Amino acid sequence: MVTTFHYLMLSAALFTIGVIGVLTRRNIMVILMSIELMMNAVNINLIAFGDRLQQVSGQVFAIFVITVAAAEAAVGLGIVIAMFKNKETMNINEIDLMKW
Amino acid sequence: MNFLDLIWLIPLFPAIGFVINGLFGKRMSKTAVGVIAAGAVLLSFIFSAGAVLQLVQLEPEARSHTKELYEWFNVGQARTGEGLAEFSVKWGYLLDPLSAVMILVVTGIGFLIHVYSIGYMHEEDGFYRFFAYLNLFMFSMLTLVLGSNYLMMFIGWEGVGLCSYLLIGYYFHKKSAGDAAKKAFVVNRVGDWGLSIGIMLIFVTVGSVEFKEVAEKVHEGVVAGMFHVSDPIFITIALALFVGAAGKSAQIPLYVWLPDAMEGPTPVSALIHAATMVTAGVYMVSRSNFIYQLAPEAMMVVAVVGALTALFAASIGLVQNDIKRVLAYSTVSQLGYMFLALGVGAFAAGVFHLMTHAFFKALLFLGSGSVIHAMHHEQDMRRMGALKNKIPITFWTMFIGTLAIAGTPGLAGFFSKDEILWRAYSSEQGHIVLWLIGAIVAGMTAFYMFRLLFMTFFGESRVDHHTAQHIHESPKSMTIPLIVLAAGSLVAGYIGLPAWLGTNAFEHFLEPVFEPLPIPRADAHAHSHGEEIGMAAVSVAIALAGFALAYFKYCKRSWEEQREVRQYGPLYPALLNKWYVDELYDALFVNRAKGAGASMWKFDSKIVDGLVNGSAWTTVKSAVGSSWWDRWIVDGLVRLVGGVVKTLSWPLRLVQTGYVQNYALVMVLGVLVFIGYVLWGTP
Repeated sequence: MVTTFHYLMLSAALFTIGVIGVLTRRNIMVILMSIELMMNAVNINLIAFGDRLQQVSGQVFAIFVITVAAAEAAVGLGIVIAMFKNKETMNINEIDLMKW
Repeated sequence: MNFLDLIWLIPLFPAIGFVINGLFGKRMSKTAVGVIAAGAVLLSFIFSAGAVLQLVQLEPEARSHTKELYEWFNVGQARTGEGLAEFSVKWGYLLDPLSAVMILVVTGIGFLIHVYSIGYMHEEDGFYRFFAYLNLFMFSMLTLVLGSNYLMMFIGWEGVGLCSYLLIGYYFHKKSAGDAAKKAFVVNRVGDWGLSIGIMLIFVTVGSVEFKEVAEKVHEGVVAGMFHVSDPIFITIALALFVGAAGKSAQIPLYVWLPDAMEGPTPVSALIHAATMVTAGVYMVSRSNFIYQLAPEAMMVVAVVGALTALFAASIGLVQNDIKRVLAYSTVSQLGYMFLALGVGAFAAGVFHLMTHAFFKALLFLGSGSVIHAMHHEQDMRRMGALKNKIPITFWTMFIGTLAIAGTPGLAGFFSKDEILWRAYSSEQGHIVLWLIGAIVAGMTAFYMFRLLFMTFFGESRVDHHTAQHIHESPKSMTIPLIVLAAGSLVAGYIGLPAWLGTNAFEHFLEPVFEPLPIPRADAHAHSHGEEIGMAAVSVAIALAGFALAYFKYCKRSWEEQREVRQYGPLYPALLNKWYVDELYDALFVNRAKGAGASMWKFDSKIVDGLVNGSAWTTVKSAVGSSWWDRWIVDGLVRLVGGVVKTLSWPLRLVQTGYVQNYALVMVLGVLVFIGYVLWGTP
């Protein structure tokens, strides 16, 4: 029997993988994909609790997050392309404009 | 037409001519330029003649017409010897017998010389420039003699000086002409200084500069006992005015510019430096006769200077070889005669000689111009001779002029010169010595004038072969003025007959201007007509002796330089070099002035420039110091502050890596800390 606990464990695992991906990978595309992972972990959380509490708002939120994620991906990819055009690199270590 | 109210037009016509020719003359034909210039003067002459004719018809006492156009300037009240007086000067013209004589001479002879110039200057470059200057001169001279006050006269006085300068320097590409022009201008400045002092003193003393007002006030002052004979202030004024007159009318010691002025074209010499402008001093002294009457000492100075100038200039004229220079020294000498007359109180005689002299001296100069024209610009009499038959009109007119100036009885010069000589002896200020000098000068005049005539027209021809083939009589525009002037020289004297021949109409005409002041005088000695005739005979005899000497030395035998040098002996170089007066002035004044200029230049280049350069050097040095201070102290402080902040901020800087992942890691760690705190931190 798959319980809420299992869902939560899956979600926590996915989220952790996403966080580690964001913190360790150097390719900016991979980082964006890791962020998607973290977001989908959240979606699983929302749906799990929606099912457990028998309320539809969990699913509604999940769909809402997917929609926003799509928009975010579009903006993120646009930033990446603009950055690549200027810096000709995908390596995040070479992008350190925020240093004093 | 009421010409008396139109006298202001008389100077205006030449002024318009000057403007037209000066502005547009370059683009007009020579004929048009000449017609405009001469036409303007002809109009002036017609208006002058009309005005004088109407003046003569008035009662003798009323023969004074003032036409005030407007108030020229007014500087308000000023303190004078007569109390407060308003210093107001009118732009006005005064026609009285004296200015009537002057405008007729100036416009009449001026017109003839304009006509002559059309022929004489025809080949010259800058034809329009010449006529523009000539018209400007006519304007200035007419303003001088027609102005109703001393300042109007002063404008004209300066104007004629300027034109004289411009016209002497007409051939400006010749250095000698430029030098002569400068000399004339500078020497005249000395005279103008005296004149302006005199005018200022007149205002301070009398409280007016209008001729009529000054005359009236002096008259009233004498009646009221305010002014006395030999008053020092009047002696000062008279002497100051005479300095001006000596400058303009070429008297010792300021005569030196006139002979050099012959560098100008010959018509200029005739018009300006013989007939009209140089008589301005005579006019001015005559105009101021009421002041001179109060200063007998100054009159004595005038008489003595005049007599000495006459003698001195005549002596130089004896040996000069340049035809125009002989005439120039003759002019100086004749002007000396005029001042001799003024100095002994015979103002009318002085003005009479001015008028007759204007005729025959203009004639002689134009004649010499005609000779020079015929000889292709040869002025040296040593290379002339036997021209009598080649240029007969010039010869005969010049012959008449020579007779007139030499004092031949019956011609113009005789009457005026004899009047002067007689008055030099007979008037209360006269003296037998003055007469004697005058008589000797008459002999010298006859001698050097006939020497000129004989050397030029008689004897053997010394003309070089090439020139001899081209000698020709001058065109009609030149010979007709000569003939008219010759006629004038023949008859002009008859308006002023001596007492033993008839009435002196000229003196009578001028009487209102030369009204004697009511001052005590020594009783004039009674002189008989016989004495006067005797004196005249003696002076004629002396002149005849001069003629005879010239005849035997230069006509019977042809001129030879060796003989002439031998006859004068040691005197010859001194006479030829004009008594070394120019050299003396060079040593005394010119080189002193040059030295002063050089030392001022040195002062300028060493001291003034030194100060300027020193201040520049100081500025540069102080700027270097200031820049060091700025760079090391001010900038140093700023950098020190920056450096301190930079050093102190070093540990903080390390935190800011700029890597997004580092920041994210810190965020994650922070979140974990919060979660830990929430899970286990709270009891």
